[in-house]
Amino acid sequence: MGHSNKAKAERGFMRWVDDRFPATQMWQEHLSRYYAPKNFNVWYFFGSLALLVLVNQILTGVWLTMSFNPSAEGAFASVEYIMRDVEWGWLIRYMHSTGASAFFIVVYLHMFRGLLYGSYKAPRELVWIFGMAIYLALMAEAFMGYLLPWGQMSYWGAQVIISLFSAIPGIGPDLAQWIRGDYLISGITLNRFFALHVVALPIVILALVVLHIIALHEVGSNNPDGIDIKGKKDEAGKPLDGIPFHPYYTVKDLVGVAVFLFVFCAVIFYFPEGGGYFLEKPNFEPANPLKTPDHIAPVWYFTPFYAILRAITFSLFGLEAKFLGVMCMGAAIAVLFVLPWLDRSPVRSIRYKGWISRLMLALFAVSFVILGVLGVLPPTAGRTALAQLCTVVYFAFFLLMPLYTRWEKTKPVPERVTG
Amino acid sequence: MKKRLLALLLALMPTVGFAAEGGVHLQEMTPDLHDRASLQNGMKLFVNYCMGCHSLEHQRFARAAEDLDMPRDLVEDNLIFSSALGFNDQMHNAMKASDGENWFGAAPPDLTLEARLRGTDWIYSYLLGFYRDPSRPTGVNNRVFPLVAMPNVLESLQGVQEKVCAASDHPIEGAELDPLTGKYQSCETLRVTEPGRLEPEAFEAAVFDLTNFLAYVGEPSKLQAQALAPKVLIFIFIFGVIAYLLKREYWRDIH
Repeated sequence: MGHSNKAKAERGFMRWVDDRFPATQMWQEHLSRYYAPKNFNVWYFFGSLALLVLVNQILTGVWLTMSFNPSAEGAFASVEYIMRDVEWGWLIRYMHSTGASAFFIVVYLHMFRGLLYGSYKAPRELVWIFGMAIYLALMAEAFMGYLLPWGQMSYWGAQVIISLFSAIPGIGPDLAQWIRGDYLISGITLNRFFALHVVALPIVILALVVLHIIALHEVGSNNPDGIDIKGKKDEAGKPLDGIPFHPYYTVKDLVGVAVFLFVFCAVIFYFPEGGGYFLEKPNFEPANPLKTPDHIAPVWYFTPFYAILRAITFSLFGLEAKFLGVMCMGAAIAVLFVLPWLDRSPVRSIRYKGWISRLMLALFAVSFVILGVLGVLPPTAGRTALAQLCTVVYFAFFLLMPLYTRWEKTKPVPERVTG
Repeated sequence: MKKRLLALLLALMPTVGFAAEGGVHLQEMTPDLHDRASLQNGMKLFVNYCMGCHSLEHQRFARAAEDLDMPRDLVEDNLIFSSALGFNDQMHNAMKASDGENWFGAAPPDLTLEARLRGTDWIYSYLLGFYRDPSRPTGVNNRVFPLVAMPNVLESLQGVQEKVCAASDHPIEGAELDPLTGKYQSCETLRVTEPGRLEPEAFEAAVFDLTNFLAYVGEPSKLQAQALAPKVLIFIFIFGVIAYLLKREYWRDIH
């Protein structure tokens, strides 16, 4: 009888809580009675993985903060102190530095999933926009975090990126100085970037993640067929093609987590430098304002946009090339925000769109990767020409979308998901 | 489309590789962090020949003693020369930075992370790359780092190298490979003309040990990481198998 007494006590406790806080209701709305389409494929792992990496970054970040010294004099040495003298410090640091790159890998794949299956289309515009805001905040977070180890590439990378603001006519130079808090990148810049990196931006990112998920759960998840599963329900009101997120997708995501962690840990333990892409070689030398490195390249996850910036080598309409480049780089990110209104196709998923959409998406993906590679390399005339071509393709994908998505012939969409 | 992407990435790979190289040909040096004797000898060489000028600001004697299996009294008696330094201290040099600037034009850099910054190939080739050049204030120049301010501190071991016209086993900038001998014919070949205390092979082995030690110093956690890695990966693998079986069981009723 002790058993049922215990169960009764638990129910009593939950009732007590539920009278005061909607715990059971939230559990049901977001997990046990949140109906997700049953036909998610591998592309759907990256959302939960992004959440996992976010938790990894926050936890390792908290522990790094305990031993990090945010000053120009002490930052570099304190990172080495963490790597050598702090118990498990090397592991925590590599989890954080590798986590930054992993974050962008899973987020890029997550975003590409959205492009594939039209997850940005009505009624999920706000899900997409909150997601884009997360991406923007994540870029700021990563950029500021990269200054903190105070190595040569930290310093000069930040110098290059902040100097972009000075290309804005009129207010530019003052704006760049206001951001730096000094005439050059200095300990003052390091201190404010530290504050933003560990306090301000994580709060913003967490808030946006909550908004992203609430918006998603309000409208329901899209799926590879791009069909609304809410249209077909049984007598009880459950979608015929939907299954409760918990336990079905929680156990499925665990498999994704295992695969991800296997690769992630292999990198952490065997190649934490990521071949010089996750931790760049010049960053093993302390920042030196008097010595410019031979070749300054941003970390890999920024290089597609950096390549677009460098692709603009000509002045136009009386605007300087550098400013035009900055505008193009900004536009390359801004255009993603309006994507839901550029796509005029009657169908969501690439499975039922016409061949032009498929071709354009493929070209877009290829040029994004090429731009990423070009952004790492020093420019040559040939590479600049290729970057210009890829920039044109990048923008053509978006700007021609209202035309080709309306004109092209789409395939008939099935009534029910196809698995 | 995934295949197309992959093909494109692969097509671009060689360009990436080429961009990373350039400059002089470096001799390959792959560190062996499991060779304790080599690491210990490397530390001995570093303390005797390098530490007068170069520090290892982030490396503690005690940590090296522990990782390289050296008893404390042996380290204290043979590897710590300065009375200002204790067993638990970092390996600071004996020279003031301002003196270094006065004497050499620049303070000798800290070498803790040199192996991670420039790579072990570079350090190895650099230490083997000194040759006689009377036009330089130190009397020597360096093939890997032209016009370097540092003298050849290992000269007593190596002897004096000079540039001669000869065949070399190692690729040299601008030298053509002779298909008959498989060697590179060049007037940039370095040869020991005044022998030092060590034969050329023994000297190369000593430089290997020294470079190996710097590779260890660059990332002392590497041994720990490699020891832990298989356990973590096996754990995750088993976890993955269980998660997959769990998933399959739950999804049995979904069609």
